[in-house]
Amino acid sequence: MTDQRSQAEIVRNSLKRRYRKERRFRLYGMLAIFIALASLAILFADIISKGHTGFVKTTITLDVTLDSETMYLDDPTDEDQLSMADFVAPIIAALQAHIPEADSAGEKRELGRLIGTYGASEIRDLLKDNPGLLNTTQTMEFLAHDRVSTYVKHADNPRYSVKLSDQQQRWVDQLQAKGVIDTGFNDVLFSRGDSREPANAGILGAIVGSLLTMLVTLAIAFPVGIAAAVYLEEFAPQNRITDFIEVNINNLAAVPSIIFGLLGLAVFIGLFGMPRSVPVVGGMVLALMTLPTIIISGRAAIKSVPPSIREAAEGVGASKMQVVLHHVIPLAMPGMLTGSIIGMAQALGETAPLLLIGMVAFIVDVPSGFLDSATVLPVQIYLWASSSEQGFIELASAGIMVLLTFMITMNALAIWLRKRLERRW
Amino acid sequence: MIKLKTALTTVALAGSIAAVSAPAMARDTINIVGSSTVYPFATVVAERFGRNTDFPTPKLESTGSGGGLKLFCEGVGTQHPDITNASRRMKSSEFELCQSNGVKEITEVRIGADGIVIANSKDAVKADFSLEQIFLALAKEVPDPNGGDKLVSNPYEKWSDIDASLPNKAISVMGPPPTSGTRDAFVELAMEGGCKQFDMIAQMEDENEDKFKSVCHSMREDGPFVEAGENDNLIVQRLAQDSGTYGIFGYSFLMENSGQIQAATINGVEPTPENISVEDYPVARSLWFYIKKAHVGVVPGIQEYVAEFTSESTWGDNGYLVDVGLIPSPRNERMAIAKRVKDLQSMTGKEL
Repeated sequence: MTDQRSQAEIVRNSLKRRYRKERRFRLYGMLAIFIALASLAILFADIISKGHTGFVKTTITLDVTLDSETMYLDDPTDEDQLSMADFVAPIIAALQAHIPEADSAGEKRELGRLIGTYGASEIRDLLKDNPGLLNTTQTMEFLAHDRVSTYVKHADNPRYSVKLSDQQQRWVDQLQAKGVIDTGFNDVLFSRGDSREPANAGILGAIVGSLLTMLVTLAIAFPVGIAAAVYLEEFAPQNRITDFIEVNINNLAAVPSIIFGLLGLAVFIGLFGMPRSVPVVGGMVLALMTLPTIIISGRAAIKSVPPSIREAAEGVGASKMQVVLHHVIPLAMPGMLTGSIIGMAQALGETAPLLLIGMVAFIVDVPSGFLDSATVLPVQIYLWASSSEQGFIELASAGIMVLLTFMITMNALAIWLRKRLERRW
Repeated sequence: MIKLKTALTTVALAGSIAAVSAPAMARDTINIVGSSTVYPFATVVAERFGRNTDFPTPKLESTGSGGGLKLFCEGVGTQHPDITNASRRMKSSEFELCQSNGVKEITEVRIGADGIVIANSKDAVKADFSLEQIFLALAKEVPDPNGGDKLVSNPYEKWSDIDASLPNKAISVMGPPPTSGTRDAFVELAMEGGCKQFDMIAQMEDENEDKFKSVCHSMREDGPFVEAGENDNLIVQRLAQDSGTYGIFGYSFLMENSGQIQAATINGVEPTPENISVEDYPVARSLWFYIKKAHVGVVPGIQEYVAEFTSESTWGDNGYLVDVGLIPSPRNERMAIAKRVKDLQSMTGKEL
């Protein structure tokens, strides 16, 4: 009797402590989630606060008089004349119309420096394509020089230093008040390839490069991975050889990605003589890297198909192949797709193996095929982040936002496919 | 079900086509590899070239000078690069490698120079350092000041501890982080240059090159040398506030801020464009690129690209590369090089 009571007492006495312990335990869990979420929030806040200005461009809209005398150009169809003509003069004249005080040679030069490097080539290209426009006045939108853009967007931000002279700053203020200098959505970012000038730099080349590379990766890794998973799971005998293969596949999944780059360099480029920096080679290397992930997830998905389904199919006389093709693969498809897409998302973020096969490069032209030189999104971000011009700071962050959008879209696709194809039994 | 099967077959087919259709083939884009120091100059030229001509924009990979020359010398054929950039001259061993791999005719172009300065606030006294003093002030390990041939961790705290002629002030130098090309150049030219002045370390170069490199290339981590990040503007602000601090940066940055900071002379030589371009100033180096003659005419545009690079509006005294920080070669030298390049004169190997 006394014994029992004391036992209950012990329990009652310790109850408070045990409840406390449990509350603490839950608290630790919540804390862990909080830390994870907080770091994610800090990361996003930092990227967005740095990068949102990357989606803004600074433009200078001018009424340019394409006067043949100021440009020393009589005939825009003559290549020699085009290469000798002065296309900066009309821009300076148009700016002077707004800033009459700048009339010494030095001031004019300073004025001309407000326009980005390729303002003159834009006039040249315009005249080359439309020779009839000579001696007319055209309203043209130019990209502002990087320094002007930094001043307009970040004059109050201590992270940036304004590199315009006081005089130039005054001019920019005047032009802004008149609406000549304006800001707008940075469509250049999504319509061009890389450039050494931040205002002209676009991420389209990298987006297309990533897409082409991923297509090759998908085309190789998905069928091979699924076939390997199906064979190993459904047909292969259980013996030493298959055990050995299984161990190797699991090991491969943990091999650092740069090793696959070395393999690509030695085999695809060295042995097969394929060109450097092309999406085909990049895609093949990334396919090798993704294969183990796809095989492992594919096998897991096939394993999770209940044996009763196989037995039922066999029971009504289906052959082994019919069982696999008609029942097992369709049921395992959601799991296999999820694994593949997650593997692809991983490959999308890789730079290390691509470094060795030459995809970390300055490439201006947007690739138009699998055999054109190309770079990919994470490489573009890396190249921008290591550039010295200030304008690339925000572009790098903007690039990260584009890459994250890609990743989130792919992961959302994986979830959607799984939900759509999932069958319950 | 049938849909799934056709989808799988299509994907597999596409994969095999992509895998098969990629043998080595004719290429219409110039491939350039090489030095990360030349990269910012070469990319600007390449971009302009692509924009102002009908040729595609050349592709540039930043592989480092050694890596670039290795790729360049691997052979003739479109899978190998056409041009390699270098922040040092080709070594004769590399020239021989090229020769043995069939890359017989190579044209050498010196594009200009690049200098690194040690500067302080204009309010402070202008300094003069020798390379030896710079090494003693900033290295992680230095020869024992009490004699003997042991290396000890850097004991110097004041400049006057190193040499009585230097100011009686604490050593405080801000410099770029290891990821920066300026840091690489500073370590190779200033630190290694100063380090070799000591016989015991110079001996090491032949006996144990790894050890030699680690001694000469390690910057001290106990405070006097501060890694300031890539933001050179921040260094200038700090220098302006604190007249006892020195900063290390590329020559072009000194020019932009010459109102606030002044450069120290090194071994008594002032870092002027003239002294840097002829390498009288010790922390300066020439920049080069090499053209594979066998590819001229095979890959279109090589000669035109080189012509663009060697035109006065590009590498001249007022050329656009000066805005990016290049120090041009003297005019008569530029003219001579441009002429040699136009004829694509090959190296003999004796000039190295």
